[in-house]
Amino acid sequence: MDFQVVVLAGGTSKNLTPLVSKEVPKPLLPVANRPLLYYVLHQLEQSNLKDLIVVVEGEDAALLVGSWISGTFVDRLHVEIAAVPEDIGTAGAIRAISHHLTTKDILVVSGDLVSDVPPGAVAATHRRHDAVVTAMLCSVPVSGPSESGSSGGKDKAKKPGRYDIIGLDPGKQFLLHIATGAEIEKDTRLQKHILHAVGQMEIRSDLMDAYMYAFKRSVLQEVLDQKDTFQSLKHDVLPYLVQSQLKSEALLNGIPQAEENGNEKFSSQNNQVLVSQILFNSSIPSFHKISSVDPDGSASIRTHKCCAYIASSSSYCMRLNSIQAFMDINRDVTGEADYLLSNTSSDHNNVIGPSPKLGTKTTVGPHCMLGEGSEMGDKCQVKRSVIGRHCRIGSHVKVVNSVVMNHVTIGDGCIIQGSVICSNVQLQERVVLKDCQVGAGFVVTAGSEYKGESMARKEK
Amino acid sequence: MDPRRTARTVSDPKVRQVGFFTPPPDHAISDPPRHHDPIQSPSQSSPPVNDRSPSDSSLSPVMIPPPRHHSDALLRTALQATSPTKPFSPSTRTVMIPPENKDLRSPGRKVVYGKSPSSFSGVKASSVPASELTTVSVVNLALGISVEGKILTAEEAGGASVEVQNDRRASSKPLKEKTSKAERRALQEAQRAAKAAAKGSKASSSASKVVTSENTKPIKATKPSSQKNDGSQVAASDKKGGDRAPEKDRKKDAPHPRMQYDDTSRVEKAKKRAVVKQTEARNRVELFRHLPQYEHGTQLPDLETKFFELDPMHPALYKVGLQYLSGDIYGGNARCIAMLQAFKEAIKDYSTPPEKTLIRDLTARISSYVSFLIECRPLSISMGNAIKFLKSRIAKLPLALSESEAKTTLMLDIDRFINEKIILADKVIVEHAVTKISDGDVLLTYGASSAVEMILLHAHELGKEFRVVVVDSHPKLEGQLLLRRLVRKGLSCTYTHVNAVSYIMHEVTRVFLGASSVLSNGTVYSRVGTACVAMVAHAFRVPVLVCCEAYKFHERVQLDSICSNELGNPDAISKVHGREEINYLDGLVNCENLQLLNLIYDATPSDYVSMVITDYGMVPPTSVPVIVREYRREHLWS
Repeated sequence: MDFQVVVLAGGTSKNLTPLVSKEVPKPLLPVANRPLLYYVLHQLEQSNLKDLIVVVEGEDAALLVGSWISGTFVDRLHVEIAAVPEDIGTAGAIRAISHHLTTKDILVVSGDLVSDVPPGAVAATHRRHDAVVTAMLCSVPVSGPSESGSSGGKDKAKKPGRYDIIGLDPGKQFLLHIATGAEIEKDTRLQKHILHAVGQMEIRSDLMDAYMYAFKRSVLQEVLDQKDTFQSLKHDVLPYLVQSQLKSEALLNGIPQAEENGNEKFSSQNNQVLVSQILFNSSIPSFHKISSVDPDGSASIRTHKCCAYIASSSSYCMRLNSIQAFMDINRDVTGEADYLLSNTSSDHNNVIGPSPKLGTKTTVGPHCMLGEGSEMGDKCQVKRSVIGRHCRIGSHVKVVNSVVMNHVTIGDGCIIQGSVICSNVQLQERVVLKDCQVGAGFVVTAGSEYKGESMARKEK
Repeated sequence: MDPRRTARTVSDPKVRQVGFFTPPPDHAISDPPRHHDPIQSPSQSSPPVNDRSPSDSSLSPVMIPPPRHHSDALLRTALQATSPTKPFSPSTRTVMIPPENKDLRSPGRKVVYGKSPSSFSGVKASSVPASELTTVSVVNLALGISVEGKILTAEEAGGASVEVQNDRRASSKPLKEKTSKAERRALQEAQRAAKAAAKGSKASSSASKVVTSENTKPIKATKPSSQKNDGSQVAASDKKGGDRAPEKDRKKDAPHPRMQYDDTSRVEKAKKRAVVKQTEARNRVELFRHLPQYEHGTQLPDLETKFFELDPMHPALYKVGLQYLSGDIYGGNARCIAMLQAFKEAIKDYSTPPEKTLIRDLTARISSYVSFLIECRPLSISMGNAIKFLKSRIAKLPLALSESEAKTTLMLDIDRFINEKIILADKVIVEHAVTKISDGDVLLTYGASSAVEMILLHAHELGKEFRVVVVDSHPKLEGQLLLRRLVRKGLSCTYTHVNAVSYIMHEVTRVFLGASSVLSNGTVYSRVGTACVAMVAHAFRVPVLVCCEAYKFHERVQLDSICSNELGNPDAISKVHGREEINYLDGLVNCENLQLLNLIYDATPSDYVSMVITDYGMVPPTSVPVIVREYRREHLWS
């Protein structure tokens, strides 16, 4: 279908500091005992997109991700890994690999997207409108701790309400305005000429930019070439394209006109003009066309279209960009959105509790996941939690609303609530953790109590 | 209403009697048609009669000769299939697995192969802005890339799955079509027998068991196997009305009827083959049961979801299909041009698979594209003619031509068709029609016809003083777009809806109408409402000029607008755009007693048409069959 797929896998994200590290870059962060990147790649594979470019920040991370992909997806996907320097942003990452991009359109997917929205739908919307960029929007997920409310309001208070302000045309097809939540301080500027052209704009704050974009390659490359300062696709490139959609003279200059909308396609031959005129007249005009036609009837101002694909509210769509989101996704993937994992692949070792050894009177509640080879002592309680592979959990341990990664040792009598415990952590006896994040390899001494802290081993 | 009106009351009863209603002989003349609903009666009395049977066709009004390109194509494929019989049996079909041709697919990319971590030294230094790509995962086991870019992963292999995948390949699918029904049946028999024999021997049962299994088989032989074929494939490329008669010669003289959507078993079968998931609308108007009507709103998202999964579909075709489905492109000429241009793109990117000939394979490919487009929206007659043209061009290609030459020839042919049959034809029509416009005229037009628009604009450029009345109708309100363009050019216009046409007709001196098609009995098949406008004009003695390019003519005869029509989205008429307060029908849409009918086309009897302006000149509607007959050859094989 003439699409190339670029997965921006990221590297070591700062938002997830104690969780990710040099050894576990963000793409490999286990979510319900599967690396995060798995979800995106699986989703793409389901859509028959088997030829991918995965961009990873940092060489070491690229090596790790590469070896994981080659181990997991061998024979199933054709993946190429590109390592880009850290801190060049998403736009920089695309810039770095732009000479590998050849197809007419590009699908850019963030590696931290956990979603069941078919990418084909975004691509089809893009194609149908012949758009320059199509962004997938999804409804803002209900974030926050699970119903039990054990983790309290503290996390919520810490996390600012990040809403994207998105303006749509009445048909909900075109993107008229976008301002990402992080940038909005108190006010946001709307562009009058767009509003004038459309006549009516719908401002939504219940939608979220899901970071799945379809770009027209030529335009994307040109924007990236011209605007050296652009760092991020989401914060720079997309708003720029949206804002300039009615006066894109600066843009597209170097592009042959054939790339543009149909009405200017072949200005050389008279007949061709008539052909395109017929096509032009008998397609439903968007506001672009109406505003691009001068009063005397000649199409003079060049426009491009920025489209939006709004995922249906029933579909699951979430980005893992904070610790809270990490918790939420873990909860959802083991719970209500478990179809994301079902009928996935050969290794079914993460069905709830087939292989682990459980002690007597140990209960594992619903929505839990126990990895293979984990052992639990007597009288343990596990509720709504994910426990990784080869963990050793002593007796009288209570794990609620938590994520325990691989090779964790938990001593007797520990109580863990709403926490994330990374790989190779050792919790000695009678540790009480509430809303904590424990970085990889950390050792929590016996009897200590922590609440709402994040602990990590000091970098050597 | 008007003194002028009194003169005629001749033609419409005539049409009713002769045409659509073929009353049973006992109450032939006395009975007005309404007592005897001829659609219901045959379907009640003899429910699932094979609607191919000729005796039935005289009775049922829904039997119409379909557009010929269907039968043409079928015929041709059938003919082609007869000569080489054997090679198409699945047993001799082999899976072609090119060994490692990954590089072919990514020409511009530097691909470093590596499955082992040792190749990661290829990851370049981070300071270099241009980064290298390292292939970390290759689909390397059995990677077959057929020419259209379809990847066959045979990793879950086993011989059976290989065969299924082989069936799924688009290229092989049309081949399968070519085997006749009898042959397939024979093949199935043989396979079944073999299977049963094997099973029987394994279970060490007696021979009688084999016999019994063989005996029961013919009853259900076809059904499971067809299910197996149809169910396994995502993109079925079958033809919609593509039923093959057991005897080929019968098919030759009697064209098969088009798909009747009140025949549930056929609809079920067609649904299995369909690419676009279509849910039938529930409350359909009784008289129009035979036409396809689907729940709108579910098709587009569903098709969008499958964007990457329909491999054999060319992107250009896919885009056009989406645009048809969403209504982004409408109008006979525009749809035809868009389709032809998409075909051109597809032909440009086409390359003949190994061991196939371009003529046959491309024809089959085009057929699969066409069936996809039909699922998006039923074809217009003009598109059918264009497809027929293209297929005949493909069939006429000299065998000696190389592939690139053949492709160039075809692309030039398509361009020529667009230029000559549409663009130049429009110009000629404009030249002719302008002579009929004089100063002081009040011209009425209905809807938005591209030809009429060109006429009006050209007449305006010539400096003629005239006024335009644009008559429009719900739900599409296409006239507003036309009005917008006319007003911008400085024409003086009046805009009204079709309800007021009898009022406005007083002042009108000429009526210009566009047409989707003109049939060989002179019937003008056009946007719904055209007939109404033409009849009113006729009653007021206003000449009705129909502007229609000759490529839209069709040799079919149609007497009413029921047997062949298109049903639009019923929601479109139950809701008034832009006025949410008009919601009287809310919640009633699924009510059993309410049936919404949104017709797209209607048929205007030739009595109401004064003149047809076509690229061969201005002719009376009775001359249309002459043009069809005399110029058909030129249309298709020039």
